[in-house]
Amino acid sequence: MLDRLTGTLQFQGEALALRAQRQQVLASNIANADTPNYQARDFDFGQALAQAAARIDGVPAGSVSLTSSGGSPLRVALAQPDAAGAAGKAFLPVSGASTSSQPAMLWRTPQQPTLDRNTVDLDRERANFADNSLRYEATLRFINGNVRNVLSAIRGE
Amino acid sequence: MSLLNILGISGSAVSAQSQRLNVVASNLANADSVAGPDGKAYRARQVVFQAQAAGADAAQVGVRVTDVIEDTTPGKRLHDPSHPLADADGYVTQSNVNVVEQMVDMISASRSYQNNVEVMNTAQQLALKTLQLGQ
Repeated sequence: MLDRLTGTLQFQGEALALRAQRQQVLASNIANADTPNYQARDFDFGQALAQAAARIDGVPAGSVSLTSSGGSPLRVALAQPDAAGAAGKAFLPVSGASTSSQPAMLWRTPQQPTLDRNTVDLDRERANFADNSLRYEATLRFINGNVRNVLSAIRGE
Repeated sequence: MSLLNILGISGSAVSAQSQRLNVVASNLANADSVAGPDGKAYRARQVVFQAQAAGADAAQVGVRVTDVIEDTTPGKRLHDPSHPLADADGYVTQSNVNVVEQMVDMISASRSYQNNVEVMNTAQQLALKTLQLGQ
């Protein structure tokens, strides 16, 4: 019973860590917006989270279904933001396998090639950054809600 | 913690952009100067940015200024025999600073600076909210 509660927490924690890492990648892109030859990078959050979820032992059943391609409402809710983002960004996979804990890094496909071969589109990066911040905060709230639930269950008030 | 690394990444960008702004400022200040202390006309300078790994993780990439290069295009020559720095033919060589280019560079640097400051603010807010987790 308790491992189910903490399993959800662990899943949310993985999601939070991945969000923080994506935030860092996007910050790197923004920092290098004027650097010649810099190639903007990103990773597929949905895929990375699915990998992380598969790695955790004792993941709650609801979260496991996220990794399968079933039509559960949870899966749709989680896949949509990244699917919507993917329509605008279209990734090219980077050669080289990713380690188990690190998400596979991808290069962003430039929509408007530049003379200095920099592929950062500042508008897109800023939009992604704002989007990722919002989702990071959402995850924080999920964790807070989870903790509150567990605490009220323990207190029995 | 990844969120605190963002401060390092964006901090490097802010510092690089402020150096770029400094160079633009000295270019603009010398746009009308005809000769530097060495007797030659001022040449426009430009910073060279390079991506720099900010940590062991490949995802952390900061930026740094590797070099400040001088524009080698010849300066404008004005015929003004009365000028004290005029050569034998009566021509004065001015600096090769293109003011329009410099203004564009200034706006670009200022925008990039603002972007990075905003990134740092967001990262700081998120980190603070993470500290309050579970309270």
